[in-house]
Amino acid sequence: MMIKYAVTLSRISVVENVFFQTRRYSSTSKRSLSKDQYNVKRGNFKALEPQHIQFFRDLLGETRILTGVNNLDKYNEDWYGFAKGESSLVVKPKTTDEVSAILSYCNKNLLAVCPQGGNTSVVASGVPVFDEVILSMELMNKIHKIDDVSGVVIFDAGCVLENLNNAVSEKGLIVPLDLGAKGNCQLGGNLSTNAGGLRLIRYGNLHGNVLGVEAVKADGEIINCLRTFKKDNTGYHLKHLFIGSEGTLGVITKIALQCPPHPKSKNIAFLGLESYDKVLKTFKKAKFDLGETLSAVEVLDRESVILTEEKLALRSPIGEYPFYLIIETSGSNEQYDSEKMDKFLEISLKENLILNGVASSEPSKIKNIWEIRERTAEALRHDGYVFCYDFSVPLQHFYTLVDLMKTHMGSKSHRVFGFGHLGDSNLHLQVSVREHTKEIQNMIEPFVFEKVREINGSISSEHGMGFLKAKYLDISNHQSATKLMRVLKNVMDPNGILNPYKVIPY
Amino acid sequence: MARILVGVKRVIDYAVKIRVKPDKTGVVTDGVKHSMNPFDEIAVEEAVRLKEKKIASEIIAVSCGPAQSQDVIRTALAMGVDKGIHVEVSGKEYETLQPIHVSKILAKIAQNEKCDMVILGKQAIDDDANQTAQMTAAVLDWPQAVFASKIEKGENEITVTREIDGGLETIKCKLPAVISADLRLNEPRYATLPNIMKAKKKPITKTTPKDLGVDVAPRIKIVSVEDPPVRQAGVILPDVDALVAKLKEGGHVP
Repeated sequence: MMIKYAVTLSRISVVENVFFQTRRYSSTSKRSLSKDQYNVKRGNFKALEPQHIQFFRDLLGETRILTGVNNLDKYNEDWYGFAKGESSLVVKPKTTDEVSAILSYCNKNLLAVCPQGGNTSVVASGVPVFDEVILSMELMNKIHKIDDVSGVVIFDAGCVLENLNNAVSEKGLIVPLDLGAKGNCQLGGNLSTNAGGLRLIRYGNLHGNVLGVEAVKADGEIINCLRTFKKDNTGYHLKHLFIGSEGTLGVITKIALQCPPHPKSKNIAFLGLESYDKVLKTFKKAKFDLGETLSAVEVLDRESVILTEEKLALRSPIGEYPFYLIIETSGSNEQYDSEKMDKFLEISLKENLILNGVASSEPSKIKNIWEIRERTAEALRHDGYVFCYDFSVPLQHFYTLVDLMKTHMGSKSHRVFGFGHLGDSNLHLQVSVREHTKEIQNMIEPFVFEKVREINGSISSEHGMGFLKAKYLDISNHQSATKLMRVLKNVMDPNGILNPYKVIPY
Repeated sequence: MARILVGVKRVIDYAVKIRVKPDKTGVVTDGVKHSMNPFDEIAVEEAVRLKEKKIASEIIAVSCGPAQSQDVIRTALAMGVDKGIHVEVSGKEYETLQPIHVSKILAKIAQNEKCDMVILGKQAIDDDANQTAQMTAAVLDWPQAVFASKIEKGENEITVTREIDGGLETIKCKLPAVISADLRLNEPRYATLPNIMKAKKKPITKTTPKDLGVDVAPRIKIVSVEDPPVRQAGVILPDVDALVAKLKEGGHVP
């Protein structure tokens, strides 16, 4: 077994926990504070005082609170380097009752709270802007029940996605969500942002897969909607309030998730194509030919793959092409699924839709191929300052937006590139610059958001609005919708203590 | 130009979690994904590179095992191997197939095919034996260069850099020879779609140990296969004093 392990380590850049491995925190971080960089006015909240800290110390004990702004870079700074707060207190509850006590106390004392999961948000949802109390969910990580008959799994919101997936796979199930940050992101955070991920085309989004939640309101009241049925029409579907609201309406503490059976067979193809037009034609063919087995369709442009090669030494297995597609199928019949994929690839090659490609059903090779796509986010961190965008756009405009930004930025950008979940029209547009300046930011925003609106797209597909996009909510939403959001926020959190400055324009 | 024989073994894929059978007679293989042994992939890649450099004229891949072993032969063919030989061994016979048997099979095929180079993976990741290359060289009475991280062909000889405990060792040996591939010899290519299509037309010959005159009766018996002991979970301690106390309690410090 030792040699087997050595092979794995030497031949694969291990994808698990890449987020953790590449984080660099230091107490002397030079990063400027979000409040200064984005010119934010502090809300009408109280500052933390010694008696507040004593309350949390009495409630949680010495080992479950962290104090002192200089020790908390890991919690104050987001993974990408977009935002930095100055909280001097992190609290780590282990139970829903403790979350309730914390929020109740903060609400009474007008202390703002920033709920935090794995801190892998791309829009700075999970880091404070000022001195909010950081409510870290990392110790709420128990799996309460795995029902391998119904596929219902009940667990705490602080469970790490990869750990949960490992646990359910022992019972022949799979978590219907998969993303590059799986080694660090927590399910509570995934729900809060309604994360989409790589297999949404197959399993649908979290609004459909989450059967129930338990959440705590700003005043500490525990809302129990922890149902375990697919069908339950007893009044308003309150769980949906907490999915996608980024911790602004309540803190999710427990989740009931529908997990499908683990597929018995998996096939992957990594394909090289000469144009975006061919990408669309191949995607259409894949939908028709692969049908119910299709589980992921990802597109990358040449620049994306060059980036991962340059920064992480992850090479394309087929050399350079203008576009790449990753197509994955999963099913229950290995022979049938493989034949289906083989036939699709053979015809696509004959019809000149694809120029080249590799295909495999071997878990090790599947993992290696997925790394090229999954670790793009990690590669971005080594490429200067990157403006990351996450749009839902009609497929015919998917890449015109990237070309438009290339022209718009000219020599001001280091590189402009795009990749994303073609299967659900989700483009990740990236603009990489040598360093962040106000001038460049103003050149990109709101220009890029307005262009998305012009093509009837959404300015946030799966990352949420967070802090970075909050002020642009009205670009994508009708004013009446934003107005209703404010009403809802005021009802659920009248003092506005939950994740202030996020989602709704501040 | 050299004719090269490569050995390709079908093993449980290295990304799969290994499970021991409840009766401890072996590991669970039913319904478990298999692939080519990673060291054998390196051996195939090296052979293909030698052919691309016009040092080799033909490459033959051999796999001993059940019908599914043809999958790894097909992979080798798609990587650039010219033809495959499937030595059919199945059922109980396959479960007890050992390096001594495989080396005799490979030696016989190397002679039949008039090969002057045999390149094998240094070991298989399932049994970790690291014996087949050495035994094949002994059966053929050919020189051996094992744990190769670099191969250079000269006039009727090869220069091989070997990975040894103390660092690297460079040796020269006459051809014909047996080489075993180490991890750093190369980075194997993926079989591309056009080559996968072409591989379907390449020939795979079937034979048996009996046809080759090799007796595969088991020489050793596996008594028991067990999981490695589970590592105990750590504990988080509040301070240094508690840590020292814990270490003393466990007898780790005086």
